[in-house]
Amino acid sequence: MSDREHILYLEHLTVSFDGFKALDALTLYVEPGELRCIIGPNGAGKTTMMDVVTGKTKPDSGTAWFGRQLDLLQMNEPDIARAGIGRKFQKPTVFEYLNVFENLELALAGPRSFWQVLRARLSGEQRDKIERVLETIGLAEKRTTLARTLAHGQKQWLEIGMLLMQEPELLLIDEPVAGMTPQETERTAELMLSLAGKHSVVVVEHDMEFVRSIARRVTVLHEGRVLAEGSMDDVQNDQRVIEVYLGA
Amino acid sequence: MLSSRYVPAPLREDRGGLILLGLLAIAAVLLPVLALVVPEGSAFHLSPYALTLIGKYLCYAMLALAVDLIWGYCGILSLGHAAFFSLGGYAMGMYLMRQIGSRGVYGDPVLPDFMVFLNWKSLPWFWYGFNHFWFAALMMVLVPGVLALVFGWLAFRSRVTGVYLSIMTQALSYALMLAFFRNDMGFGGNNGFTDFKEILGFDLHLNRVRVTLVVATILALAASYVFSRYLLTSRAGRVIRAVRDAESRTRFLGYPVESYKLWIFVMSAVIAGIAGALYVPQVGIINPGEFAPINSIEVVIWVAVGGRATLFGAALGAIVVNYAKTYFTGAFPEIWLYALGALFILVTLFLPRGITGLVRSSKEQA
Repeated sequence: MSDREHILYLEHLTVSFDGFKALDALTLYVEPGELRCIIGPNGAGKTTMMDVVTGKTKPDSGTAWFGRQLDLLQMNEPDIARAGIGRKFQKPTVFEYLNVFENLELALAGPRSFWQVLRARLSGEQRDKIERVLETIGLAEKRTTLARTLAHGQKQWLEIGMLLMQEPELLLIDEPVAGMTPQETERTAELMLSLAGKHSVVVVEHDMEFVRSIARRVTVLHEGRVLAEGSMDDVQNDQRVIEVYLGA
Repeated sequence: MLSSRYVPAPLREDRGGLILLGLLAIAAVLLPVLALVVPEGSAFHLSPYALTLIGKYLCYAMLALAVDLIWGYCGILSLGHAAFFSLGGYAMGMYLMRQIGSRGVYGDPVLPDFMVFLNWKSLPWFWYGFNHFWFAALMMVLVPGVLALVFGWLAFRSRVTGVYLSIMTQALSYALMLAFFRNDMGFGGNNGFTDFKEILGFDLHLNRVRVTLVVATILALAASYVFSRYLLTSRAGRVIRAVRDAESRTRFLGYPVESYKLWIFVMSAVIAGIAGALYVPQVGIINPGEFAPINSIEVVIWVAVGGRATLFGAALGAIVVNYAKTYFTGAFPEIWLYALGALFILVTLFLPRGITGLVRSSKEQA
């Protein structure tokens, strides 16, 4: 199947917890610059798949490669994050008493040890980079606002911005629009579309309207396997998908 | 208002801090005049008693600053900072004891009185060097600093946080108190050190020496304030606040959270130690009672009353609460502890951001 260059290769991944197979020989490829939505009923293995990619869970069998060079199963979580895979969790965690700009500043790649960070100053280039991310996530006007006073949706965007500061090649985003207002959802859809191309983006989401508005390619998971893959229309008309998920 | 051009970066947008530094500058000029120039009969004359009280409050303000640095900004509630304060004080006390020389009651040129009384024949090894001020000064910084480094390294590395850490710091202070109470520790047992004569060759009972010590305390407090601001306005300072608000998120961004906590803890302990060292020659005594767990808890109350995570509020809180303490313990000695307890409860309930929270705008906070 994969003679083309992919950014993520997951092949025959199996993860079981106490006999329950969270992933059952899952095989999935993601192309560079692609925006991929993953849907599926609860327990389909969406979160477990992300856990394997980010190194949180080790599979019983199978392979997971990031590009053709990096074997994700041989790497730990910080290594994977540094190699260019960013993950956004469902619940936003930003630094409440720092402002938007400072939140992005701390996410900037660079020195991390106390004595180096004590003397660190922003270079013009780094400042520009923060400004670009502020534009991308639409919070340029809010740069000096304390993060705690942001609306829920804005906090989610800020956290995506913090991921972008580390220039990940692959972004894994878990339920980005949960709890958002319709306007925020719309803005988030625009944000996702603007990220695609520059990054590969994998979005796990329940909100079908949202998925329809952004997805070019949808993967349906069911019981730890890929049930169907294709455009939203293809998937929605697939008889098996209707049975297990959409039609139910 | 001052133009921001003339203000160093760490103090920009720090109105409260500039006010504090301004008040300290005024005090540094005014106190010597009131104590030395204004004649004794005048209503404006500052008595040695009042001068000593002010010096004491300023040392407490420095201690409160140290506690606010780690509690207010890094979320580490230390209930053991009196220990670092006392160790700095003991280092200074050892120097002052050696300065007494043969003027002690027993007239021994080397051994302090309590050692002669205990029938000791020679100076214990850990007293060597304390006849030199530079050595004692080094110890005032090193002893609290190294203790904080070792204690913090063990505690933070084991991920001890929250109330467990607070209890451990209380235990640390209590253990040191019990140790210093023992005569055979070589620190004067329950009497501690007193009856000091000279510092750097100057008679401690002279008014101008007292004034100099108060001015030195003012300078030390101002320097600690500016240093703390420098630290907190650096990127490391922002990481420290990030640790306070979302520790695991900070770790996830790749920051070694434990090492940030450790270094800020050490810096805070050193400030507390210097405060203690300045305290001892002014009050004229240091004994193991200074290690008492209640002392560390009182510091936390000063910080809470003044306003946590402001620095200047902590300094102000220390001065206000201690002035109240002096007044109440003189006027109504039996109700002071109730008044202190009530103050803490009232502030917690009605002024969660302390006295300074009353005048601070929401933008300035944290």
